[in-house]
Amino acid sequence: MLFDKHNPQTDEMIQIMDQDGVIVRPDLMPTLTVEEMIKMYKTMVFVRVIDTKTVQYQRQGRILTYAPNFGQEATQVGSISAANKSDWVASAFRELGVWLHKGIPLYNVLLYWYGNELGMKMPEGVRVLPVNVPIASQFQHATGLAYASMYRGEDDVVLAYVGDGGTSHGEFHEALNFAAVKNTANVFIIQNNQYAISTKRTNQTKSRTLAQKAVAYGMPGRYVDGNDVFAMYAVTKEAVENARKGNGPTLIEAYTYRLGAHTTADDPTVYRDDEEVKAWEKKDPIDRFRKYLISQGHWDEEKEKQLIKEKESIIKEEFEKVEKSGFVSLEDVFDYTYATKTKLLEEQYNNIKAREAREAK
Amino acid sequence: MLVLNLIEAITDALDVEMGLDDSIVVFGEDVGFEGGVFRATKGLQKKYGEKRCFDTVLAEASIIGSGIGMAINGLKPVVELQFSGFMFPGYNQIVTHAARMRNRSRGAYTVPMVIRMPYGAGVRALEHHSESLEVLFAHIAGLKVVIPSTPYDAKGLMIAAIRDPDPVIFLEPKRIYRAFKQEVPEDDYVIPIGKAKILKEGNDLTVVSWGAMVRDVQNAIAIIEKEGFSIEHIDLRTISPIDRETIIESVKKTGRFVVVHEAAQSFGPGAELITIVNEGAFLYLEAPPTRIASPDIIVPLPKGEHHYLVNKNTIKDELEKVLKY
Ligand SMILES: Cc1ncc(C[n+]2csc(CCOP(=O)(O)OP(=O)(O)O)c2C)c(N)n1
Repeated sequence: MLFDKHNPQTDEMIQIMDQDGVIVRPDLMPTLTVEEMIKMYKTMVFVRVIDTKTVQYQRQGRILTYAPNFGQEATQVGSISAANKSDWVASAFRELGVWLHKGIPLYNVLLYWYGNELGMKMPEGVRVLPVNVPIASQFQHATGLAYASMYRGEDDVVLAYVGDGGTSHGEFHEALNFAAVKNTANVFIIQNNQYAISTKRTNQTKSRTLAQKAVAYGMPGRYVDGNDVFAMYAVTKEAVENARKGNGPTLIEAYTYRLGAHTTADDPTVYRDDEEVKAWEKKDPIDRFRKYLISQGHWDEEKEKQLIKEKESIIKEEFEKVEKSGFVSLEDVFDYTYATKTKLLEEQYNNIKAREAREAK
Repeated sequence: MLVLNLIEAITDALDVEMGLDDSIVVFGEDVGFEGGVFRATKGLQKKYGEKRCFDTVLAEASIIGSGIGMAINGLKPVVELQFSGFMFPGYNQIVTHAARMRNRSRGAYTVPMVIRMPYGAGVRALEHHSESLEVLFAHIAGLKVVIPSTPYDAKGLMIAAIRDPDPVIFLEPKRIYRAFKQEVPEDDYVIPIGKAKILKEGNDLTVVSWGAMVRDVQNAIAIIEKEGFSIEHIDLRTISPIDRETIIESVKKTGRFVVVHEAAQSFGPGAELITIVNEGAFLYLEAPPTRIASPDIIVPLPKGEHHYLVNKNTIKDELEKVLKY
């Protein structure tokens, strides 16, 4: 156990790579192949490119609302890279890096934000619950998913994600308690991006760290530099393995920052100043990782240019496909209410169908 | 006179009342510093201080629950739930405590509290941002439920809600938050809770609606009246306690009744209204009383939402059917 001496009640944050991309704790450095690291890096850059483009599309009026991930790429990709393909994810709505790593096609993600439920129909074998808007409620599902795996004697782990604001919610606490009591294979990850819309993390709880909440429930808590992809990976890896071995849940606080707006409907200049944002830009998780990869000879400017070009053309292509997807059919909005349409729904469906036919004339 | 849209009228009502009564406190998620995600409480923290207008932690049960405690202990909380779709974590407190405290304590403890929330579809929003849940409150003994459809009514009803001795659920039709402006008196005034408003008199048919639907119904009526019909249009304004007299009197005159609502059809507000008509004016009816409502499905995301909402055409067609019955 690498991190069992860690005390989440202090300000001592787990960091392996500093903001200049220098490995400051070689003893904690996880074993990752170059291919694995490059894959992680590419996913993080992909997230950044998608966010940048989608925010532009929103400004052009081509998509309605979008919640970008700027600054949280290491938190997301670092943690999920430590899980297996068969491990489950119960996320909120700001986990693009997690979704892409788990194999949700970009098309699906964009389709969902575009306003089509079909986007959240997971492809076969992708064990991720749909985007979860009611804050913190997904934590409860995570405990149930884990209980069911345990019940069948399977060793799958369930990773759940929530924001700092979500830690104030009763459902967050109930889920931690359930998991600890039932010793389920859960890893709970708080993306502490310092804000819940306009509400600062410091107004959300008087706890010194969010990770320390683990102590009350009798599980390990880890306070981690969320902009350090290696720290996120190493800490999550240990928590996941631990859970897989039947040693119960862990709570991880990823200390990070939301560099962008809450969603495209939000104006962050109302509640925070530029200085703060600029200071955090210096800790950018992607820049940091890139510096490391370049220093090790695994990456260079040319590859970077190529990567961005490639990812930009993918998002462009996928988004254009989404724009051509048109409207959701009347069948679709009715067909998933129950396993079989009730008589009343059948009648309502027929009425609306007739009306739409009249209107089309 | 001020000229305000619906959300500005709500802000103004809160401002005027906070100025008159220093037991009023206003709070909710992002309500203080930012003034709420829709800016309904804009400027109130600056004017009245953080003690009277503040941000809460992200927890609806705590917003409602602590509000109940404050109300019992002499304050008048006006709380905001960010969207009605997120009221459920607080619903337990609303139903099991806010609604029952007067009864449980045989009048010793009361909960004079206003619970505001934006509601309704048609704004092309994300999941849980579009529901119409008025019956989930109206069904509960001990709660009052109010829905304004104009800036003028919004201010008067909000002031009435704040001054009411019981908990009032104040549902705000966000689709028309900024749809139009209207003259609104600067001072305080009250529109009584429990009183519907006859928007337009007529002889052939009574139509009842509320919230954002009022405007859609007005548009449909404008078309139909060109065909020579005369329609009486009532804005319910209060869902509970319901103004039975105004509705029954109107149906006795017109002999025909239609209710139009955004909420889903089954067990919806229309069921209650039609029962009231049947109980109070059955022998005057010349056509079966009818409801126009949304289908019994989950409100679709934006690319399917057009299938869901009752629109002007549906309203017009249905009204015609009842008129020609
Ligand atoms: C139960 C509930 N209440 C309110 C909201 C409205 N809302 C959407 S996001 C948000 C803030 C979430 O903050 P946080 O948990 O820190 O996550 P972040 O958005 O920063 O990723 C709120 C209040 C909601 N979605 N669900």
